[in-house]
Amino acid sequence: MTDITAQMDALPGMDPRAPLLHVDDLHVEFRTRDGVARAVNGVNLWLNPGETLAVLGESGCGKSVTAQAIMGILDTPPGHVTAGRVLYRGVDLLRLPENERRKVRANRIAMIFQDALSALNPVYTVGFQLAELFRVHRGASRREAKRRAVDLLDQVRIPDARRRVDDYPHQFSGGMRQRVMIAMALALDPEVLIADEPTTALDVTVQAQIMSLLADLQRQRNMGLILITHDMGVVADVADRIAVMYAGKVVEDAPVYDIYAHPAHAYTKALLESIPRLDHKGQPLNVIRGLPPALTDIPSGCAFHPRCAYAREICRLEPPPSYQIAPQRVTSCHFVREVLGV
Amino acid sequence: MFRYIVRRLLQMVLTFFGATFVVYALMFANIDDPLQALVGDRPLTDTQRSALNAQYHLNDGFFTQYWHYVSGLLTGDLGQSLTGRPIGDMLAQAWPVTMRLALLAIVIAAAVAVGAGVLSGLRRGGAFDTVTLVLTLLVLAMPIVVLAPLAQLVFGIQLGWFPPTATRDANLYQLLLPALVLGTLVVATELRVTRASVAENLRSDYVRTARAKGLAPKRVVGVHVLRNSLIPVVTLIGVDIGVLMSGAVVTEGVFNIPGVGFNLLRGIRTEDGPLVVSFVSVLVIVFLVINLIVDLLYAALDPRIRYE
Repeated sequence: MTDITAQMDALPGMDPRAPLLHVDDLHVEFRTRDGVARAVNGVNLWLNPGETLAVLGESGCGKSVTAQAIMGILDTPPGHVTAGRVLYRGVDLLRLPENERRKVRANRIAMIFQDALSALNPVYTVGFQLAELFRVHRGASRREAKRRAVDLLDQVRIPDARRRVDDYPHQFSGGMRQRVMIAMALALDPEVLIADEPTTALDVTVQAQIMSLLADLQRQRNMGLILITHDMGVVADVADRIAVMYAGKVVEDAPVYDIYAHPAHAYTKALLESIPRLDHKGQPLNVIRGLPPALTDIPSGCAFHPRCAYAREICRLEPPPSYQIAPQRVTSCHFVREVLGV
Repeated sequence: MFRYIVRRLLQMVLTFFGATFVVYALMFANIDDPLQALVGDRPLTDTQRSALNAQYHLNDGFFTQYWHYVSGLLTGDLGQSLTGRPIGDMLAQAWPVTMRLALLAIVIAAAVAVGAGVLSGLRRGGAFDTVTLVLTLLVLAMPIVVLAPLAQLVFGIQLGWFPPTATRDANLYQLLLPALVLGTLVVATELRVTRASVAENLRSDYVRTARAKGLAPKRVVGVHVLRNSLIPVVTLIGVDIGVLMSGAVVTEGVFNIPGVGFNLLRGIRTEDGPLVVSFVSVLVIVFLVINLIVDLLYAALDPRIRYE
């Protein structure tokens, strides 16, 4: 769309040849009465146009906080970005003044949330909430904005969009609500879409529909998609690359095929082994013993060592460095060779 | 919606008769010698007493008296006060002034409560929030029997900013001081509810969505936070209108305003059963109507509520 290109030029220091999105050594902490919770401790991520990056991890590993920091919608206080850069086409979003940053949201980087019922405002029609984007960001007239809202609902395959545009969120089913959420995120043709557990609140058949809708829309628009999830099944189907997070760090980043075939981090391997399998029927499930660490008290060295089968003395003492084990494959594990079995 | 309103109106009829019955019974049980109370210290001859007894059916049983009262009510005759004045006239004179006083009080209280409540909800823990917290505590802790004479003394007499009393035909300026005093009954609670509601909605998921949509803070608060936050406040304000109309007894007494509370107080003191019951009955109706309006308003504000 022409108006988007026009706005792109307006962002100072932007380089169209620079990577679409590059998160560099991001640190986020929450300063609470009970102490400082270090939610994100040096996350590195990158994303190319048309690519799907899955960010995988247990609850509380910092996935959502990373996403909110990229969007700039952290609750501050208590959340603070303490270090790092979020480069969008070479522009560090963290250094942009708030009124510039606001134009990035929804226009270039958009986000959808887990629970579409609470993420939509209950007292306004979905049409109002969609049209709002065109009216605020594009200065569209009421009539024009509504026409485009109906268009969007059509695009996310909501039947009878012309009538449903005047309905309220509670009048939609869970899956339809998530479609509305997707429509809202895609309204202004962003280049990056962050989907924070978009299907967790939905039942399995609806999950599949939503994921395939997302994949279709992504392909049509050549959009970069960051898919935040803890569902390994969803990841395997749609992701190009996976970044596995643990205690606020990316511990392994690799193409999806490689990670499933040859996990290169003890945590990734343990995660994969914990997936219930039909051919193991009747046997006890493999679980990762223990709990993820409290973010106020992250273990020294490798944060995973108290739960790790490979852990030795060095894991407790020294944080593992990043090993580049192949092009596009990075892992932070002291015993990467043992884990890989080479 | 229509069926809902009809059902509510029918409920109101039942509630009305129930309430008048209870009030009548309470008043009946409480009456000692209303005729003596009426004449005060002067002696009452037997002939006078029996004439008055006959006029007001004072020798009849409770149900006969109640029947006289209700049948009068149904034919539009509210009867006479023990002072001989038609109660209908008294109501017609007392209600307008109380209505004006209560509405003025609620407008002031609601404007202050919503304005200050939204501000302190947006910046919890800030200087403004802390100051309003202390002030609301002060207002809550100050009973109106203290506040009303105090305000009258300081602002009405010593400083002379406001007239210290008001008449039946009082203009808004004369009613301003009593209305401010009366408003303190409800302003603190309304403010705290607004503040809590704004603070809660600020943390909600849809506000996060609004921010993710790149909306300016002004629009996030003005469009997305405000309407949701005001739903509980509107309900509270509606109920408070009723509270202020019936609760103006002390204020009207202190400022000598001849309104509902003023008449009610006098009626209770002189054991004037018909007067008290009539005034309370009208209060009951007002309460019921306001509650119905609030419920309908609630549905208008929150589309998730639909009355069948």
